[in-house]
Amino acid sequence: MTPMPSPPDEPPTVGPADRAGAIADVAPPQRGRRTATDVVGLGTARAVWFVAPAMLLIGIFLLFPALWTLYIGSTNFERTGPNHVNPEFTGIDNYTSVLSDPSFYNSLWVTLLFVVFSAVFGQNGLGFWLAWSLRRVDRRVRRTVETLVLLAWILPSSVVAFLWIAMLDRHGGTVNMLLDMPGTAWLVDYPLASIIIFNIWRGTAFSMMLYSAALSSVPPSHLETAQLAGATGAQTLRDVVFPHIRGHVLTNTLLITLWTFNDFSPFLITAGGPGDRTEVAAVYLYNTAIRDGDLGYSGAISLLILVANVVMALTYLRMLRKRSAT
Amino acid sequence: MRGSVRTGGGSKRRGTSVASTGLIAVALVASGCLGSGGDDTPADPTKNADATEFTLTITSNAIKGGKNSEGAEWIEDYVIPRFVEQQAEKGVTATIRFQPVGVDDAEYKSQLGLDLESGKGADIIDLDGIWVGEFAESNFIKPLDDVIGADVVSAWDGWDQIPESVQQNASYQDVRYGVPTGTDGRVIFFNRDVFAQAGLPDDWQPTSWEDILTAAQTIKDELPGDIVPLQLNAGTAMGEATTMQGFLPLLAAAGAEIHQDGRWQGDTAAVREVLELYETVYGTGLGDPVMQAEAKGRDRSFQLFTEGKVGMLLESDYFWRSVVAPGAEVAPMADRDEVVGYAKIPAITPGSGVNGQDFVSLSGGSARVINPNTEFPQQAWELMEFMNSFEATEEQVGAAPRITHRDDVNAEVLSGDPMLTFIAEEVVPLTLFRPGLLEYLDVSVAIQEATYAIIDGATVDEAIERYQSDLEAIVGDPDAIATG
Amino acid sequence: MRQSRHEAESDMTASIDGERSAAASRTAWRMAGRIGFYTLTCLIAAFFAIPLLWLISAPFDASPTYAVDFPEFTLANFATILANPYALPSLLNSVILAIGTAAFVVIGAALAAYALSRVRIPGRDALLYLLLLLSSVVTGTAAMVPLFLLVSEIGSAIHPMLGIDSHFAVMLVMSSGLLPAAIFMLKDFVDGIPPSYEESARVFGASPFRVLKDIVVPLITPGLATITVWTVVNVWGNFLVPFILLRDADRQPAAVLMRTLYTEAGQPNLALLATFSLLYSLPVVLMYLFVSKRYGFRFHGGIKS
Repeated sequence: MTPMPSPPDEPPTVGPADRAGAIADVAPPQRGRRTATDVVGLGTARAVWFVAPAMLLIGIFLLFPALWTLYIGSTNFERTGPNHVNPEFTGIDNYTSVLSDPSFYNSLWVTLLFVVFSAVFGQNGLGFWLAWSLRRVDRRVRRTVETLVLLAWILPSSVVAFLWIAMLDRHGGTVNMLLDMPGTAWLVDYPLASIIIFNIWRGTAFSMMLYSAALSSVPPSHLETAQLAGATGAQTLRDVVFPHIRGHVLTNTLLITLWTFNDFSPFLITAGGPGDRTEVAAVYLYNTAIRDGDLGYSGAISLLILVANVVMALTYLRMLRKRSAT
Repeated sequence: MRGSVRTGGGSKRRGTSVASTGLIAVALVASGCLGSGGDDTPADPTKNADATEFTLTITSNAIKGGKNSEGAEWIEDYVIPRFVEQQAEKGVTATIRFQPVGVDDAEYKSQLGLDLESGKGADIIDLDGIWVGEFAESNFIKPLDDVIGADVVSAWDGWDQIPESVQQNASYQDVRYGVPTGTDGRVIFFNRDVFAQAGLPDDWQPTSWEDILTAAQTIKDELPGDIVPLQLNAGTAMGEATTMQGFLPLLAAAGAEIHQDGRWQGDTAAVREVLELYETVYGTGLGDPVMQAEAKGRDRSFQLFTEGKVGMLLESDYFWRSVVAPGAEVAPMADRDEVVGYAKIPAITPGSGVNGQDFVSLSGGSARVINPNTEFPQQAWELMEFMNSFEATEEQVGAAPRITHRDDVNAEVLSGDPMLTFIAEEVVPLTLFRPGLLEYLDVSVAIQEATYAIIDGATVDEAIERYQSDLEAIVGDPDAIATG
Repeated sequence: MRQSRHEAESDMTASIDGERSAAASRTAWRMAGRIGFYTLTCLIAAFFAIPLLWLISAPFDASPTYAVDFPEFTLANFATILANPYALPSLLNSVILAIGTAAFVVIGAALAAYALSRVRIPGRDALLYLLLLLSSVVTGTAAMVPLFLLVSEIGSAIHPMLGIDSHFAVMLVMSSGLLPAAIFMLKDFVDGIPPSYEESARVFGASPFRVLKDIVVPLITPGLATITVWTVVNVWGNFLVPFILLRDADRQPAAVLMRTLYTEAGQPNLALLATFSLLYSLPVVLMYLFVSKRYGFRFHGGIKS
């Protein structure tokens, strides 16, 4: 799945009415069943009913199988064979095996590189640059570029994977044609770079749209002041824009980190290869669960990956909290 | 997030205790639901034997318009109508449905596993022969005798037409689980145009590995650099094609089966010979190592062969029938019969092959089994008998001859095709099959990784060390691995 | 010392010239900057456009390869795909699954997001983050067996419509995977709408229900549109869940059918694949264009945008 990023936590503060709402958010929670933002008068009981349908679906079809999968991680369950007919509870054996398995660390390392370069720097940077630069551009140019960027995200994964395989093909691919480097096997000699660039292409749309909305919430008066004071573009960015959108930067980075970390689409292009040079976390899981049939092992890996994600999320949230505390 | 800073410890603690209770509950339920495997209750062969109306479903990894379209058409357009007609003549109303799939083998296998273990799935199932052992061990399928009844099964006259070795494809530990559906053989294909340019004979038949290497070296010396002398599948990108078309035939040529005398081949002399051959081929420019690592490398090698850019290629007769055949979809060659030559795979030196053979080959094949949970076992067997009858098998082959599991059909349909007759008469008798053991698929992956290490530049010692430790992790018991 | 008039004039001319040349160099720099900027924009647009070229050229090519060439023009590939008995029906199945799942997600997420945003339920943020993480990490591959067994058991125990080989069950499963993130996004959207509108409406005596219907829903419509597009895109590309839960080939969506356009040995049939890819992509693209024209496609709410 390629979910979208969530917009930032706080509302764009505009006007006194907003500020009142913002203050109400910060104030300590009120006793009683109504909170300051519950102006319609739902009350906690009815709110719980509102949430119930979604939670019911999530509970049955997501939570239960997920917890079950994590439980399988402490058994030696396999897809076929005697361990399928009579699996045994093995406690932490799977976890110790995974933690002493070099291919697990290889996968973590590859995934880390993939996330840092394609999401944290790539999508973030390109998305922001596009949002910043396209504000002042002719409307038609803006729409064209935005549509192209969004198309890359909207097309289904299997189609997109094929387009890139065709483009990077050693013999007839467009890239080799344009760069006049016939015979370069991108997916064999530079596999990680190839999937990094692919992921930047695929996912920049989120960051671009998010920053575009965030930038539009920067008060234009501040920008005008900066311009009158003679600040260069870079200085304006640093002193006026960034303070406003720091929260958005962190939230966007958190979300695209999480989603890129668990992204399966590199499999469609390189299948984790050559060897295991592009075996990102999701591909590693696929190989252990479906190719090798080691469901207990892959359940353990799932839990460890979940822990890694939690660690990352907490790091970002701490940075977010520090920011709002200042 | 500001809200959650203030919500305080009370609700957090409550949240955690709810979560842990939930987790324990799930664990209890899950442990009960796991480990069901297949059903252990014995099947009743005579269930519904006298029914005058029945429904059966056939499934296969084939789909009209997609993967293995002809197979799907055979079932939908011939088998089902004819069988229904036959049953109607007996006054029985039969409804037969076909459930096409058409995806990657690994995914098809997963789907079958899920169906069979929950007691569902089609009544007649097409399986890769290599899965029979695994599925049997998991209680997904049961011996034919148990499902249908021993006398009914042995009464079928078709068994006489199916060679013993081919029957092994549908058996496990010498017990029949289904009926095999054809087999194949592996040979060395060579491009006669390339050979002519290099001054090599038209009717080339190597008798040793030396011959192969000399031919490859000649091509390399005489012809321009973009011609690949020898295509020997290697690496993990080609999956099972590396093991089946590359490693295992060569291992047989070196005198060993991957699993013999109850042990898997580990760091043995035979395995070393094979890896050394890989090292020679890919280290001295007789093959293209980059192509082995490409995701579409195998397709690419086929394409190059048709363009006269590959000298020799180890493949199964599938290559002849479906890849380069004049009407084929993907890489047809109009002049296939003149340009494509074929030769048996020689042992390292004459007589050094498995069982003392001069030539070796490896074969695969599928099997059709009957779902042990079927509602109509006797009728399913009737359908099975029909699908494997002389007429139906001949019809299946149709205009595209290939090696079937029945000798009588082979005699009929292959007579016009010298290559397939060659395979049926000279190759199949000396072929080996893969061991239908649980660990085989993991061992295959270990083999692919060993060959990948070689093309990636590792020495034979390094590759074989890793292979040995992989084997130990897979098999567990060090006594079950042969070394030296 | 007084300058001669001549010198004063030439001084003035010199300084005017100086200013002019300084201004000229500033303009030159600015022009260079703009040219550079537009070049960069073109390069980036090209970067995003080039991979798409194959999708436009290969389906019309009689014998396509991986290269992007001027095609040997033919429409025969489309005829072949249309003759494939499962191709078009699979697109219809994808549409059905997409609409159904989107309905569940939009309704479920809208209700939950509004309530979570306006009412402080204890532990809501931690819960949301946890669900978000779970839905990202534990996906179909790892949870394949539990998911299948669960749906199979529910189908046997309650009703076949909730079991294996049912579109409805697939919709439920896919919704559950998409809901956490949808609620997350929509909640922030609702957070961005100040409660003052609802407050004023209440002051004027509207019932809570009317407020929700007439004030809240129109305000969050852009957010709902975004969630719909996002859901449809995810459902459109999802292979694993329908593959595990559906058996009848007539019910399979296009994502599954794409995987069947290979030969026995796993070779891709490029002509069929390219053509089907084009047909497969069109509905989603059209949907996006339609929604973005009508509602605007935004990830963030609030009054400003």
